[in-house]
Amino acid sequence: MEDTAVVVAFYVLVVVTLGSALMVATVRDLIHAVLFLILSFVGVAGLYITLSADFVAVVQVLIYVGAISVLMLFAIMLTPRTGRDNASVPFAAPIGVLAGLVGAVIIFVAFKTEWAKADGGNSFETTAAEIGRALLDPFVIPFEVASVLLVVAMLGAILLVRPGSGGDAG
Amino acid sequence: MIDLEHVLVVAALLFSVGLFVALSKRNAVGILMGIELMLNAVNLNLIGFARFVESPRPIDGQVFSIFVITVAAAEAAVALALAVAVYRLRQSIDVDRLNILKW
Amino acid sequence: MLPLLNWYDFDPIREFYEWVGDNTADEVVYVLAGIVGAVGIISFAGLGALANVWLERRIIGRMQVRRGPNRVGPFGLLQPVADAIKLIQKEVLQPRASDRALFNLPPILVFIPAMLTFSVFAWAPDLVYADLNVGVLFILAVSSVTSLAIFVAGWSSNNKYALLGAMRIIAMAISYEIPLVLALLAPVIFAGTMSLAGIVDFQREVDVWLAFLLPMSLFIYAIAATAELNRTPADIGEAESEIVAGFHTEYSGMKFGLFYAVELINSLAVSGIVASLFFGGYSLYGAEEYIPPWLIFVGKIYFFYFGLIWLRGTWPRLRIDQLMAFAWKMLIPMALINIIVAATEVLLWRELEWDNWVLAVFAVVNVVLMVVMFGFFFRLITRNFYRLPRRVRLVHDISVPSLPAPDPAASS
Repeated sequence: MEDTAVVVAFYVLVVVTLGSALMVATVRDLIHAVLFLILSFVGVAGLYITLSADFVAVVQVLIYVGAISVLMLFAIMLTPRTGRDNASVPFAAPIGVLAGLVGAVIIFVAFKTEWAKADGGNSFETTAAEIGRALLDPFVIPFEVASVLLVVAMLGAILLVRPGSGGDAG
Repeated sequence: MIDLEHVLVVAALLFSVGLFVALSKRNAVGILMGIELMLNAVNLNLIGFARFVESPRPIDGQVFSIFVITVAAAEAAVALALAVAVYRLRQSIDVDRLNILKW
Repeated sequence: MLPLLNWYDFDPIREFYEWVGDNTADEVVYVLAGIVGAVGIISFAGLGALANVWLERRIIGRMQVRRGPNRVGPFGLLQPVADAIKLIQKEVLQPRASDRALFNLPPILVFIPAMLTFSVFAWAPDLVYADLNVGVLFILAVSSVTSLAIFVAGWSSNNKYALLGAMRIIAMAISYEIPLVLALLAPVIFAGTMSLAGIVDFQREVDVWLAFLLPMSLFIYAIAATAELNRTPADIGEAESEIVAGFHTEYSGMKFGLFYAVELINSLAVSGIVASLFFGGYSLYGAEEYIPPWLIFVGKIYFFYFGLIWLRGTWPRLRIDQLMAFAWKMLIPMALINIIVAATEVLLWRELEWDNWVLAVFAVVNVVLMVVMFGFFFRLITRNFYRLPRRVRLVHDISVPSLPAPDPAASS
């Protein structure tokens, strides 16, 4: 990709995404952490756009920022007496080393493998139409199973938090 | 110039930050935040592969990532419902204190 | 390419762009056109907000058999200016216990979706700021950011009533997002594209507006958008008689002014979506050769905005449980059936290659279906509304347990 604007946008969005992910890990207040998580979601959506995945980017904003973030904020609000201080478990430093090691291994493998890259990258005319065709022709069974999964998850969530008989041993 | 390796490096870094958050937070919602970061990193990998790798049908990466987003939404809903239900029982969602099953 | 070069009614600007492009690189023209377009959109939205303040108060006053504001200028035309000056010179308070960093964020955050929605409109055949391939979905995605901003406003005020008002609004917003998305799916199925310019082109091609083919979509979208905008009849969030002032209780001065202005700008954006998707956008059956198309489009926007004001002036406010029941039990089934009907129609029309007169049949079928479904679901959900809850019945059958018969031996 030679378009300089896209390259600049890519690196700016990388800084935004990784920066807000690090702030999720380190900031003191839980609500601030959720807001930085939302910023990283938006940053990832921007990265999708620089990688020619416009439909997935809009779906990401719609679902992650519009629904999952609201869910997380509601869950924080419905648990009032817990500590809202985004604390870490006592032995957080070895976990950081472990996570860094995992990241290093992945980066090493990414550079070592010889990927079968297409010449000049793949280009899509309209991703929405192609995704629609792919969802209905080769991927129709995962599509239907995903809708069943969503119904089951919705029912499960409602049953778990129903006042009265949900959640306790009864 | 953006290349496949750059995208994979970004996704790996995002994944490791997500792993750190998921393993080291006390709050259940904090752990869920880490899991969502890891799923985003995976999606970024898939989109990067869809863009750069030779394939008979390159849109498959984006379709797969839509499925990952769907499953992440379902799992977040159930996980948060579980957190609220556990809060009703034990008045806490601090995972260090939910240790009834410990022997 | 450079989509912003063809502002065809604005010839001096086009010549200026070509002059700049000849002397410098193409990217400079791109950035320059982007800046000029953004300034144009922001000024339209800002002036629209000013005009809307006057329009709303004046028209609602007329509907309530009184004159609106008429003191400040001729016909009260300087009332928005007076409002703006009043808001600017007010003291900007920040509660001490509020979240310092988060308190200033919502007025900015709620402004972004309103502006982004204007950027995908097609003002004229080649006058689109950002002709996205996924324009309709983009509008829906950015309008779901509004509820986040309202939550942050309610939370950071550190005020129980603000939080409660914010929660009510978010519950209503996420409930009405589903019929909103489903209702906008039907025009996309008909037009075959998600870009607003493409849908307007489709309506010009078949020479019939989608409002006549899909009246149910229009109906569902209008109601769902009114609820998303938090306007009466769905304005439980700012019901002054109920919950102080909802999520913007603690905001004073220009921050509150920004919330109010964004509500007006969002109303313009929703009217713009209705005008583009359902009523032909900038086209008026051929009149766009003589009248500038962007003028037709702005006229349509203000026509539907008048409709929104009309709704506000005449209907009472609905309760939150009525609103939720309406969204989940009535609008979602109607929207799903609407999608099935629209998809069947497109199948019959496009795949089987029938003529265009079949669209008239579709229109009649859709209107009949809409009336039937509305009646059916209305009966379904209002059957339990008029029955009082089974709690205290003060007058009717309270079965008092009968007293035991007096003991003859114990009576004195």
